[in-house]
Amino acid sequence: MESIAGAVNDFRQLDLLATGNTGMHRLDARAKVLVTLIFILAVVSLGKYELAALFPFFLYPAVIMALGNLPIRHIARKVVVVLPFALMVGLFNPLFDQTVLIRLGPLGISGGWLSCASILVRSALTVGAALILVGITGFPAICQALDQLGMPRIFTVQLLFLYRYLFVLTEVGGRTARARELRAFGNKGLGLRSYGSLLSNLLLRTWLRAERIHLAMLARGFTGEFHPHRITRFGSREFLFLAGWAGVFLLFRLVNVSQLLGAIVTGGIG
Amino acid sequence: MSHHIVEVKDLRHVYSDGTEALRGVSFRITHGESVAIIGANGAGKSTLLLHLNGYLATSQGAIRIGDFPLNKATLPEIRRTVGMVFQDPDDQLFMPTVFDDVAFGPLNLGLVGDEVEERVQGALARVGAGHLRDKPPYRLSGGEKKRVAIATVLAMSPDILVMDEPTSGLDPFARRQLMALLRDFHHTRIFTSHDLDMVLELCERTIVLHEGEVRADGPTLEIFRNEALLAACRLEKPFAMQGCPVCGG
Repeated sequence: MESIAGAVNDFRQLDLLATGNTGMHRLDARAKVLVTLIFILAVVSLGKYELAALFPFFLYPAVIMALGNLPIRHIARKVVVVLPFALMVGLFNPLFDQTVLIRLGPLGISGGWLSCASILVRSALTVGAALILVGITGFPAICQALDQLGMPRIFTVQLLFLYRYLFVLTEVGGRTARARELRAFGNKGLGLRSYGSLLSNLLLRTWLRAERIHLAMLARGFTGEFHPHRITRFGSREFLFLAGWAGVFLLFRLVNVSQLLGAIVTGGIG
Repeated sequence: MSHHIVEVKDLRHVYSDGTEALRGVSFRITHGESVAIIGANGAGKSTLLLHLNGYLATSQGAIRIGDFPLNKATLPEIRRTVGMVFQDPDDQLFMPTVFDDVAFGPLNLGLVGDEVEERVQGALARVGAGHLRDKPPYRLSGGEKKRVAIATVLAMSPDILVMDEPTSGLDPFARRQLMALLRDFHHTRIFTSHDLDMVLELCERTIVLHEGEVRADGPTLEIFRNEALLAACRLEKPFAMQGCPVCGG
């Protein structure tokens, strides 16, 4: 069950990245959350055939990863994990939508292929942006920002616990899976039959452990609020960050920058 | 300094499945005492500890911590007063870095900025773990985890330190280190343990629990000399008080 252990480690690494101290990390979390939201909205709201217009949006993750000192490979690896799911969504587009929209010499590309590719690129962009947000902000600070932005506290605390529970679940799951594997002798063991009790066992064990962790939190004065140790305020830097990126996204959304660039290079304008 | 006193009176606890875990436990621990609570598995030690900071509600009986009776209104103050270190440090360390973990308590107490920094530094230095502050807890060794878990509690400046099996799972060196650390504390200390040699060294008083009742309460040495009592409670003398297995001396 290397994969489970690996997944936990990856998550933990993302958590650790958030303890960095670059300019990006020091920005108030609210600004970063808002910029990410606007980014996702801009990307998602583009028409389904507008593949070319999506590419300029890669500027944002590239710049933030560079400024925030995030390892590209790490983020990319995680994005790749999500892509198969996106592919499932767009899988049948090429079959249903066969109108040829673009001709590259003798090769005609149908609308179905375009929209399928656009779904993939969009998921890469949005998932990447969300991961980058966690990497430069940290999950507790994101929840705090959502709270300050008006999300009901019960949801933000729920989100935080969900995030922590993920670690508990994968840890206990990894251990259970190892115990099963060691006694399955390379076969499927008892096959599907053993999984029922294994899963219920997993639920009960994580439940107990989560309860013990909650107890430890209560013992240290937890009252339903998480306090980030970095206190930030929404100042002029945050305003610039928000306004700047919002402007850029609006430009990318309204003007097809790829086409424009292509036109300039090939002398189409002038 | 009455706020370091722990008083338990006729404490009973019945779990929802009908198990009677505690059947009328009473004792009084005064300021600065170091007390061990020992007993066989299932004697009620953990249940008792869980009552001391109000995690389990009493079925019957009363607990007083310092000047306050333990009830819903006094719970926050009592949780600050009683620092509880759990048996498994993995349950106690849940934040991404050691610093975050130690800062969790002080932040909940409403401290900010430099005060938090000071508390964290102080607590980590106290347990000799200052160099671990930026590490993620899951990368620490067992001994380091235990020390950091103690630091998370010390950062809240508790008056009373309650520890469940402090030496379990530690190698001999880490165990020695931890014992030296615990000996230096001047808090009121309550330990549960099966490590009777540790009890002999660190606690002047011992309470023996057996099947949910206090079977004996007195000076540690006296209790460990009472072989009939130990045998009846499924315990035995600490190794330091047993004869040498090689020379028989």
